[in-house]
Amino acid sequence: MSELLLAEAVGFTRSGDLVFDPVDVRLERGKALVIAGPNGSGKTTLLRLLAGILTPACGKLERHGSLAFLGHLAAVKGDLTVRENLEFTVRFCAHPGMPVNQALARVGLAGLGLRPARALSAGQKRRVGLACLLVARREIWLLDEPYASLDDVGGELVDSLLEQHLAGGGAVALSTHQRQPRLNTDPGRLLIRPAARGGE
Amino acid sequence: MFKSLLALLRRDLRLAIRHGGESLMPLLFLFAVLILVPLGVGPGPNLLSAIAPGMVWVAALLASLLALEGLFRPDLEDGTLEQWWTAPAPVGLLVTTRLFSHWLITGLPVILFAPLAAQMLYLPDHALPVLMLTLVIGTPILSLIGGLASALTLGTKRGSVLLSILIFPLVVPVLIFATGAVSAVADGLSPQAHLGLLTSLLILAVVLAPLATTAALKLNVE
Repeated sequence: MSELLLAEAVGFTRSGDLVFDPVDVRLERGKALVIAGPNGSGKTTLLRLLAGILTPACGKLERHGSLAFLGHLAAVKGDLTVRENLEFTVRFCAHPGMPVNQALARVGLAGLGLRPARALSAGQKRRVGLACLLVARREIWLLDEPYASLDDVGGELVDSLLEQHLAGGGAVALSTHQRQPRLNTDPGRLLIRPAARGGE
Repeated sequence: MFKSLLALLRRDLRLAIRHGGESLMPLLFLFAVLILVPLGVGPGPNLLSAIAPGMVWVAALLASLLALEGLFRPDLEDGTLEQWWTAPAPVGLLVTTRLFSHWLITGLPVILFAPLAAQMLYLPDHALPVLMLTLVIGTPILSLIGGLASALTLGTKRGSVLLSILIFPLVVPVLIFATGAVSAVADGLSPQAHLGLLTSLLILAVVLAPLATTAALKLNVE
């Protein structure tokens, strides 16, 4: 099956109001999807819905693959070393991927494995988050603002990781409002609009 | 799936060891109580042996309460909690694993040092096995109820006051039945009724608390 994730008219409500107009999402193997929209339109909410962290208030959601979610917070324990954080991800997720050392080198953190994660800069923490994607194999990547706090070289790194993941048969959905991903094949685009609020 | 649970348990324990001081708090509490109370109420064996079960249990309760603030909040703040919903294992089991590690850190040390505590407070020797038994049955209840309260107060900043108010009424029965069992044995009566009630509380907590805790966490992650 080429569809890894299929959502039909999913929406989420906060205090009874829809956050955004319900949308259809279709993630296929080897395809990327860019979720665009102004600040506060619900990009993060949609990604968290797709990840299963939120429960949709309406619509249908089907997943046919393992999933990785990279949010605003890097999900890194500051009191553990970078290496320990990655080793945890390997054990926590079912399928090991790239060896930890290789993943660290790939994201430009070679030699920092023994550093406590709390001593890293924001950009370096994002890179640890990216390394987490590599050390455990998951088919669907849901990335919330993957380019945030990364420099230009970091942005290119994200692009090359995406390219590699898509070439390996994975699917990606990502939100961004700054840099657009530069990939060999143009990613699909999904524009989400904040829902019209009733009674305001 | 079990690999994920094991991975979580290992990381929790590793973090506990790394926070050395905090993890030793339950034991420090136990010994603070054991050393200060005889100084306060006088070292007479009769009085001390009468209040021994209560003292050990109060120490166990406070030890459990102390570590609750750090049970889910750091995970909520660094984003590792929301990752639980994308894990290969069901969230309910991850929650149970986390509660188990809380018990290993706060309940188990108190159980292991209870014989020493009993000696220091002149608890009659024949009452010690029952004291141990009440701790084995009762301390997991403290972790389970504490976990639920901690998940419920996660949304409020500085929820610790609310946390204590929520927990105390719920753990009072545990305290009453546990100390009741030990006192009964010390007086030469059968502790069966108290132990039975304590066990039924444990069963109730094991079945319901992880479910309720998972639901409360979900609300906070949303």
